Amino acid sequence: MTNEALQKLISSWFPNPEAGITPEPIQVSEGEGIAEPQEPINPSLLEFTEEGSQFLNVSVKPENLHELMTQLKASNETSFDYLFCLSGVDWGTALGVVYHLESTTYRHSIVVKVKTEDREDPNFDSVCDIWRTAEFHEREVFDFFGIKFHNHPNLKRLFLTEEWDGFPLRKDYVDEINMVIK
Amino acid sequence: MQETTTINNNFKSEEYFINMGPQHPATHGVLRLLLTIDGEIIKKVEPDLGYIHRSIEKMCERDSYQQIVHLTDRMDYLSSHINNEAVCLTVENALQLEIPERVKVVRTIIGELTRIASHCLWWGVMGMDVGALTTYFYGFRDREMINDIFEETCGARLTMNYNVPGGLMWDIHPNFVNRVKAFVKHFKTKIPEYDRLLTGNVIFQKRTKGVGVLSKEDAISFGASGPVGRGSGYSCDVRKYHPYSALDKVTFKESLQTAGDTFARYQVRIQEMWQSLSIVEQLIDNIPEGEHRVKTNAVIKLPKGEFYQKVETARGELGVYVISTGTKNPYRLKFRSPGFSNLSLLNHIAVGGKIGDLVATMATLDLVIPDIDR
Amino acid sequence: MSIIEMVLIALVYLGIFSVAGLFLVLLERRVAAWFQLRIGPNRVGFQGLLQTMADALKLVSKELTGTEKADKFLYNLAPYFVIITALMALGVIPFTKDFQAFDINIGIFFLIAISSIGVIGILLGGWASNNKFALIGAMRSGVQTISYELSVGLSLLTMILLTRSLQLSEIVEVQKNGWLIVQGHIPAIIAFMVFMIAGTAETNRAPFDMVEAESELGAGFHTEYSGMKFAYFFLAEFINMFLIAAIATTVFFGAWLSPFGITESIPWLGVFWFLLKTLILVFLMMWFRWTFPRLRVDQLLTLEWKYLLPINLVNIVIMAFVVWQNLIIQF
Repeated sequence: MTNEALQKLISSWFPNPEAGITPEPIQVSEGEGIAEPQEPINPSLLEFTEEGSQFLNVSVKPENLHELMTQLKASNETSFDYLFCLSGVDWGTALGVVYHLESTTYRHSIVVKVKTEDREDPNFDSVCDIWRTAEFHEREVFDFFGIKFHNHPNLKRLFLTEEWDGFPLRKDYVDEINMVIK
Repeated sequence: MQETTTINNNFKSEEYFINMGPQHPATHGVLRLLLTIDGEIIKKVEPDLGYIHRSIEKMCERDSYQQIVHLTDRMDYLSSHINNEAVCLTVENALQLEIPERVKVVRTIIGELTRIASHCLWWGVMGMDVGALTTYFYGFRDREMINDIFEETCGARLTMNYNVPGGLMWDIHPNFVNRVKAFVKHFKTKIPEYDRLLTGNVIFQKRTKGVGVLSKEDAISFGASGPVGRGSGYSCDVRKYHPYSALDKVTFKESLQTAGDTFARYQVRIQEMWQSLSIVEQLIDNIPEGEHRVKTNAVIKLPKGEFYQKVETARGELGVYVISTGTKNPYRLKFRSPGFSNLSLLNHIAVGGKIGDLVATMATLDLVIPDIDR
Repeated sequence: MSIIEMVLIALVYLGIFSVAGLFLVLLERRVAAWFQLRIGPNRVGFQGLLQTMADALKLVSKELTGTEKADKFLYNLAPYFVIITALMALGVIPFTKDFQAFDINIGIFFLIAISSIGVIGILLGGWASNNKFALIGAMRSGVQTISYELSVGLSLLTMILLTRSLQLSEIVEVQKNGWLIVQGHIPAIIAFMVFMIAGTAETNRAPFDMVEAESELGAGFHTEYSGMKFAYFFLAEFINMFLIAAIATTVFFGAWLSPFGITESIPWLGVFWFLLKTLILVFLMMWFRWTFPRLRVDQLLTLEWKYLLPINLVNIVIMAFVVWQNLIIQF
């Protein structure tokens, strides 16, 4: 599937109730303009962008994450069955997780991003019931970013010891002894 | 010899813990596995990581792109050239640099030689893990020849650092072509020797067939890549699906096995050695003339955006995910390492087997611990 | 024989075979090196001849370390069990007609019995070390030796049907009309093959080195042993290997008898023939070790109980038939 088609399909799964009416397919298929921030009301709860990336990027709210991911994997048209990268990112103010997905049948890719402003107790739904590889990757993210994942079967530190203070890959992490800052 | 592992309930059996590693011959490095065992039967495998974690991703955030290339050697040190290449490709694609054909071809040749060297070492160690100590020396004999070639051209045997963003550090050594040809000729007679020594051995086959079976669905779900995925019939060769460097100019067959057991993964790697040899053969005779490097700025600044590059290392799919804010350092750099995903499926396939099965299974996952503990 | 005489002979044996054991270690290392495209030890003494001597000296002078929680008495006792039984068995081996310390009428039986005691040492060592890897190794060893004892015993019993005596000197005497492997032809060859497999397993050598299985258990039952105590285990393994080869030589290949009686007039040459035959078999066992991968523990037991044991039992019947019908080949 092309990125446009993907965008059209996926955005139709999550209609924005504030947009009033459900978006008509013709309206959405007009192009990438839909997802751009200038658009007054986004017809979908998801935000799409291809700017500055070779993949189609989808931003999703934490509460819709698990549903979207389940759909992405389960839908016959998308069938994103291969989670090839799961990265935690510290955006400065927000903490987020970036999921890189690929379909082994159609060989198309998508990037799903989720963010939260809550730096004290960030948490998202775990996707390890959808892709089992997420189990380890989420533990890694938990270890280095302190992001908690609901329904994770074994969420504990993977690389660092249990008593380690702080989350090293966050931008505000300070460790004067071990870190060499140029 | 089908194993019968039914436990008679009249006997009270007790599970116990055992620490395999961090200093254990079969974990090939400082991997620690917490095993829950009932007699000889494995009930649970829980990896405990971080013994050599250097937080390369954090270090990358303060380093320039040229410096990052050198850090990648220290991840999967057996595929160091391919790791370097991954970062260089990311940078080059982001800057939209036009890379000379010569560079692409040389990178591919050295990449494939790296793969052969890595598989040679794996083969030796695989034999050792199942108890045939002699294989180790046979594997090393051939790997040594490749290392000598690398030493001459790249200046180092293991952590080669031959790639720089924009090309190669320097041009290939005048002997390079001849030595590679000599190696190809030599190694063609040696893979059959490997087969005679180990592959055909009945004990070896009994030890590996039907052991550590991974289904195709699980392979995809666990994010298995490289020979581990291909052993389960999951076609996942990055060189086929997202060809990079000169790999789109060569023809080769992706080695696939459907059994998904330890022996299938073993066969995939043996076939991969043949395929890599054929790739090297196709390219070695016509390395195009030209520059070995294009000029880049002394300070490389990537445009704002996100960049992702996949390459196929000897272990599987290595991903480099760069988030750039337009400065000379990446804002965030994530390495998706093949070993990490492959390790995550160990518990799934090792449970129910014996300790000996775990060792054989782990050998075909071909884990390199610094790759997992980045 | 007076006590003094016996003590003297014992001391001579002890001296000879400890050194011989060391040279076997050297031989193993050179053979391994040859198989592995290496040179092997070649620096200490001429062609490395003194290498293992130097190693032994190093081990003697090493500090003995052990674990706090080990059962001290059993832990210290174990290596002696292993080494003493190995050396004891050498007493009955007929190197020549006269060079045999102890010719009892139940020689074969004595050898089988003595070699089973050795495993108690391994069990003790593994158990008393209070180490889980050592314990697994010891348990494997127990399982393995109990199983393969049967095959060793039964394959030798097959040959006893031919010789009609358990006394080693008489077994050799019978072979003056042709080595037993020729006399007993088919069942004897089967018995020999079973004996070599079971014998390799008895000595815990690859491909049956479950007990140590370095890639699985680190060092197995002797994980916690160091210095000379470790050396005892190590030396015992080599003496046991020599013993298995020596028993095979005695029972199947006519011990010190020369082929076709070519040197019958020079009896002392028997030592040469005996050692030659034994070393060829030792080499065979080394060949196994450096070529084969290791079996898994359940496959090891399957091999014994489902294959070797039935083969052996049938083989005894065949041999009995051969003896009954007098189908023996004799010159």
